[in-house]
Amino acid sequence: MQEWEGFKGTKWKNNIDVENFITCNYKEYKDDDKFLTGISKKTSKVWGKCKKLLAREAISGVLDVETFIMSGIDNFEVGYIDRPSEVIVGLQTDAPLKRIVNPYGGLRMVEKSLEAYGYHLDKELETRFKEFRKTHNDGVFDAYTKEIKLARHNHLITGLPDAYGRGRIIGDYRRLALYGADLLIESKKIDLNNITIINEDTIRLREEVSEQIKALELIKKMAFRYGFDVSKPAKNAREAIQWTYFAYLAAIKQNNGAATSIGRNTTFFDIYIEKDIEKGILTEEEAQELIDQYVIKLRLVRHLRTPDYNELFAGDPTWVTESIGGMLDDENSLVTKTSFRILNTLNNIGESAEPNLTILWSKKLPENFKKFATNMSIKTHTLQFENDDLMRPIYGNDYAISCCVSALRLGYQTQFFGARINFVKVLLYALNGGKDEITGDLVIDGIEPIEGEYLDAEEVLKRFDKVLAKTVKIYVDALNIIHYMHDKYAYESSQMAFLNTNLEYLMAFGLAGISIVADSFSAIQFGHVRVKRDERGITNAFDIEFDYPRYGNNDDRVDTVAKNLVKRVYRELKKYPLYKNAIPTLSLLTITSNVVYGKHTGATPDGRKAGVPFSPGANPTQGADKNGALASLASVAKIPYKDCCQDGISNTFSITPNALGSDDETRVVNLVKILDGYFTSGAHHLNVNVLDKNLLVDAMNNPNKYPNLTIRVSGYAVNFNKLTREQKEEVISRTFHEKV
Amino acid sequence: MKKFKEGFINSIETMGLVDGPGIRIVIFMQGCPLRCIFCHNPETWKNKNNIKLTSKEIVDEVRKYRPYIEMGGGVTFSGGEPLFQSEFLLEMLKMCKKAGIHTCLDTSGTGYSKKYLDEILKYTDLVILDIKAIDLENYKKITGKDMTSFNYFKERLKVNDNKIWLRQVIIPTINDNEEYILKLKEYIKDFSNVEKVELLGYHTMGKEKYKKLKIKYRLDGIDDMDKEKLKELQNILNNDLKYNK
Repeated sequence: MQEWEGFKGTKWKNNIDVENFITCNYKEYKDDDKFLTGISKKTSKVWGKCKKLLAREAISGVLDVETFIMSGIDNFEVGYIDRPSEVIVGLQTDAPLKRIVNPYGGLRMVEKSLEAYGYHLDKELETRFKEFRKTHNDGVFDAYTKEIKLARHNHLITGLPDAYGRGRIIGDYRRLALYGADLLIESKKIDLNNITIINEDTIRLREEVSEQIKALELIKKMAFRYGFDVSKPAKNAREAIQWTYFAYLAAIKQNNGAATSIGRNTTFFDIYIEKDIEKGILTEEEAQELIDQYVIKLRLVRHLRTPDYNELFAGDPTWVTESIGGMLDDENSLVTKTSFRILNTLNNIGESAEPNLTILWSKKLPENFKKFATNMSIKTHTLQFENDDLMRPIYGNDYAISCCVSALRLGYQTQFFGARINFVKVLLYALNGGKDEITGDLVIDGIEPIEGEYLDAEEVLKRFDKVLAKTVKIYVDALNIIHYMHDKYAYESSQMAFLNTNLEYLMAFGLAGISIVADSFSAIQFGHVRVKRDERGITNAFDIEFDYPRYGNNDDRVDTVAKNLVKRVYRELKKYPLYKNAIPTLSLLTITSNVVYGKHTGATPDGRKAGVPFSPGANPTQGADKNGALASLASVAKIPYKDCCQDGISNTFSITPNALGSDDETRVVNLVKILDGYFTSGAHHLNVNVLDKNLLVDAMNNPNKYPNLTIRVSGYAVNFNKLTREQKEEVISRTFHEKV
Repeated sequence: MKKFKEGFINSIETMGLVDGPGIRIVIFMQGCPLRCIFCHNPETWKNKNNIKLTSKEIVDEVRKYRPYIEMGGGVTFSGGEPLFQSEFLLEMLKMCKKAGIHTCLDTSGTGYSKKYLDEILKYTDLVILDIKAIDLENYKKITGKDMTSFNYFKERLKVNDNKIWLRQVIIPTINDNEEYILKLKEYIKDFSNVEKVELLGYHTMGKEKYKKLKIKYRLDGIDDMDKEKLKELQNILNNDLKYNK
């Protein structure tokens, strides 16, 4: 291949192996950020136009929707923002921020979304689609059991991807740049021919691979409309970034997955950039311009959502997560100049919620990069940090984060997204004989109600285990049905085309409300909890007679309870066979849904009143952590990641600038130490917000003063103004570590 | 089995980032001989409370945070006045040093038992010394005590050659003027081994606590120290300031 001239290594030339290509060719960068350049004229022009469009979109919620054409890889005309100034091209539709109708996940969701924003699907299109096509959502509801429907209706199991795209798949989009579409097609054809034993599984696989091949052909056509031939590998930096983006663009033209992350591209891009700079055909300004414009494109990704969805996941998030940094091995990091360049976009085109910039942290990362990344985090509150030393031994050195906290080995693994159960309801059902405390519905049968005035720890735990076992069974059934139907009716051929044919599947289960359940058990054990019941005999208030240890204070008496609870859940999950032989994983992550969960959940034995929001992810309950920030971090760090919560443990950490240090330099040094300490203790993830609470209160009352204020919430960044009032209040009520 | 000394502590802050270098576990100890008019921790004045812990329990707690504090951080004993429980403090300092933990004492330089002072200073890596005032009249006005105890402490610091950070609270209308800062600059020359001098702005955040404790607040009517002005004064202080090393 002439495009490969000058690149080292052979293994990657004989097999599809991007990881090997990177290992053989990348150049680690250990120096500081002084080489970085500002915004180029072209980028200014493009971003200037985007800013105007974004401001218009902020008013109406949706700028425009394409209602005459449906989702598909090559269904749309080309679109530009400012054609002569765009060095990276390609939009989801023919105009920036114009959203796609994707009915394959479910037509009802599309209709609701369109109606909410005052649009209508073209009548003929709608009629034809309804007549000839069944959706994922239709399939799921044909198969759902009555137990699943009841658990879903009562918010015991929530956020299931049964009416829209499941997302969480990361295609290894770099493959298009390194190999070109023709080689990838050739390789898929070989795979297809090798599937010779015919049974139900292989029939499905043969059909899927055939779909992938068709998708690759369509990607060629789509790119060709923009004037590029992606059948061959990329020849230079611009093409490498453009090809990779085209591969991703195909994914988001075809699918509307909740989280569609882009992978881990900066080190890969850096190889091409360095080569071009060495050859003298690219300057530093031009390199930065390519990265700035790549990021602009990622900031414009949109999907059509309903207002309900927005209540769960506020601020129109798309989780275009880009993973940065990490180590190659124990000695060498994967940090390159482009790791700096992508963070520099926050300087050049301002802070933004997307892409979801994720630093894969290791104590051994180059000090200069650590300082630069923490400085950008302090300045913009848009970065999240995840423990590379914890994930690398499990996923290898070429994994990426999907959505917020879910690691996937690129090209080799994919995920079946499974949202989460309301863990607090599991406890309340144990107290109330399987009845929902709000609706009174009998959701879990065969549970004896607890009748005494005071709660007995052992008795509660026994009932809890029973409810949990039955809940997990229902949860597993639901996910098996969902992913079977999703493959059948809304298969993501454009993403799967960039993954190995024989994949390892992870089925990602989740829990919401761990801190409340752990604290409740602690209260029952140490606090002497007295129950009050309503006229239906269902618990509605709890009196706690003594102080009890609370999760978030580095107190083993309760931290062990939290730890054992997640282990219990994982043990249950492992009992069931999963669709496509998936491996179960578990997360403690809520996104912003912690507010809605709270709303639908009654009073709890830890003293929480009915309707009060849960704390996000694995965070201690708001205000429960009283021994300072490290104690709070230490409690979270005890939750086991490996072989238990391997889908991620999200923690959001807010600290005031004054508490972090007396000047900018000290703040950076201190944040580096906090992250080093937290991750050395075995913790998994940290969102960092260095902010004054008063600033947020002011922003809540005067949104116009802060149009671009971005903060980290559980697993992603969000424009503060896009949160609902309740969500804003919840964010403000969280523990901010202050100077004592 | 060794019997460990017991003492009274007010609270433990696990992430102190401004009381000494790096990340500090700050032990707020109970009891103080002074009654400073600007004190924002009046709850630590009483000699005793209901949190009685052994030295081992406290040092074990500190050790839990090793990954955070081993890179240039450590433990800071604050209060109250940590020297007020000298024997207890000494035992903890020794245990920390034995465990390789950097120790810092955040003190007013009063309230100690003379018997233990030199040994305490021997096991202290850094002393953060709060200068209340530089002349007797103001010292009395601010703390309610004379300077004998403070001056003796100052002498022992010199003898033991401890590393020092000096701190001075700046209170509007009392010492927020250039003249005072210039005097302070002179006064500092009396110390050796000073690494830095920090001016801290007076703030009213402690006021609520006085209400709760039903203690009269003596600085009513005085506002928070203006941040910009404080910076200005710090610049005047830093200008050409040469520490005695």
